[in-house]
Amino acid sequence: MLKTEQMVLNMGPQHPSTHGVLRLELELEGEVIINVKPHLGYLHRCFEKHCEAMTYPQIIPYVDRLDYLASMNNEMGYAIAVERLLDIKVPERVEYIRIIMAELQRIASHMVAVGTYGIDIGAFTPFLYLFRDRERILTLFEKTCGARLLYNYIWVGGLSHDLPINFVNETRDFLKDFKKTVIEVNNLLSYNKIFIERTANVGVLPVDSAINYGITGPNLRASGLKWDIRRNDPYSIYDRFDFEIPVGEGKHGQVGDCWDRYFLRVQEMVQSIRIIEQALDQLPEGEITSALPKRIKPVEGQIYSRVENPKGELGFFIVSKGQLQPFRVKVRPPSFINLSVLGELCKGHLIADVVAILGSIDIVLGEVDR
Amino acid sequence: MKSSEEIFAILKEKFGDAVLQLNTKLPKEAVIEIAPLKVTEICWFLRDNEELQFDNLILLTGLDDDNGEKVKLEDGTTETKGGTLSVVYHLESMKLGNRIVLRTATGRENPEVETVSKVWACADWHEREAYDMFGIKFLNHPDLRRILMPYDWEAGYPLRKDYKNPEFYHGMKVPY
Repeated sequence: MLKTEQMVLNMGPQHPSTHGVLRLELELEGEVIINVKPHLGYLHRCFEKHCEAMTYPQIIPYVDRLDYLASMNNEMGYAIAVERLLDIKVPERVEYIRIIMAELQRIASHMVAVGTYGIDIGAFTPFLYLFRDRERILTLFEKTCGARLLYNYIWVGGLSHDLPINFVNETRDFLKDFKKTVIEVNNLLSYNKIFIERTANVGVLPVDSAINYGITGPNLRASGLKWDIRRNDPYSIYDRFDFEIPVGEGKHGQVGDCWDRYFLRVQEMVQSIRIIEQALDQLPEGEITSALPKRIKPVEGQIYSRVENPKGELGFFIVSKGQLQPFRVKVRPPSFINLSVLGELCKGHLIADVVAILGSIDIVLGEVDR
Repeated sequence: MKSSEEIFAILKEKFGDAVLQLNTKLPKEAVIEIAPLKVTEICWFLRDNEELQFDNLILLTGLDDDNGEKVKLEDGTTETKGGTLSVVYHLESMKLGNRIVLRTATGRENPEVETVSKVWACADWHEREAYDMFGIKFLNHPDLRRILMPYDWEAGYPLRKDYKNPEFYHGMKVPY
């Protein structure tokens, strides 16, 4: 009789499709996955410990480095949390600029997600198209605040700089061109037969399981639940804009498979374009900072405040003891929580599908390890 | 939508002494305090009760309350004796829109809290993180290992307020 034996295969921490320093221990039976054990912590930078030694505004540059593909969104989430703790309102113009920046960043983050997912599966071209356009977003950011990746732009109570001259027109030009790119990407990748074969019916995440694992963001919506913090727990001025929340439909397989998760990001980029266009139309003139005390010192208390990041629900739990430094800052990192479902999704699939599933969850290790 | 007061009343009626009090002193968030060794039972009830349906654990946080006695050591540093460590649970019902905050406190010397990893699957990693950073032991947890720090980190639990960095780790100098 033939005897079979389980094998342990190590993937990462230096592996191109783990999107960073993630190590996976795969237990295999032949080519079929029995179990996946993720090992984290290779990029741990003691974010939460650092926060306890710094004042509230000093934390913002560190927040940038959580999900480094979506720094604007992180800053916005943190700034809103501190503003809620302090009970302050920011000027109208600041709200609009924040939304424009956050949605541009959401597009940029989804571009990386969609582009690198194509590479994971074996399609190289869409990646180049998307990075060409992402470059234009980064140029817009660079003109605004001088940095291309880690901005320190959104501050507590305001912004570091006003918009540069001609920003509105350049953004409109970019959006006009980007709409064509979305069509190109759809033709090249989304409806590509080989791509669909690789991703449809792979790594199906049912909605009950998704909620139980705390999955949020595009991954949860791809499982069919219309849940978006921008709508369900509105912050800033998202209630003024008209946009749709796409959900997974299982067009080429089951609801909540890898293709759904991928295509949802493409659809979200289109919705972000709509939000930016409306925000640019309504953009008012005005101040870009609000009257804040020199030393930010919230009263004793605690708050949990959350925003919708490209990866999911980003929350900040801040405990204040009435000092200049926070007593405790805890991040709810969407990538960390989304990654915990990986083992469940991979069971019973082939080795090659691990790459497809991991790519479709879209993690950033800077946020997983903090 | 139910308020924290109403949910507190439901829990108090069902669990009696295991539900300690409702703390409304802090601005922004009302906190229901519960006993550390009844957490699993209370959470099962919160999740499965028809009126409550807390299906989503948003966040599980470890917390050093820093309320113990500070003892000066010979080398000039201080160490905390006694006091408590806490675990904070932020729960939400996606169907009904209810939100509450639970908190449980446990002794610093031997911190033990029941696990909720069976109730919500995401609690597994959250609890490992709280164990990693504060040394809180979650009873009946299936796989309680460190998660962010190295598995062989022996210098203690980094987010405790009296944590001291070691000189060396595997021959590498730690303080930079």
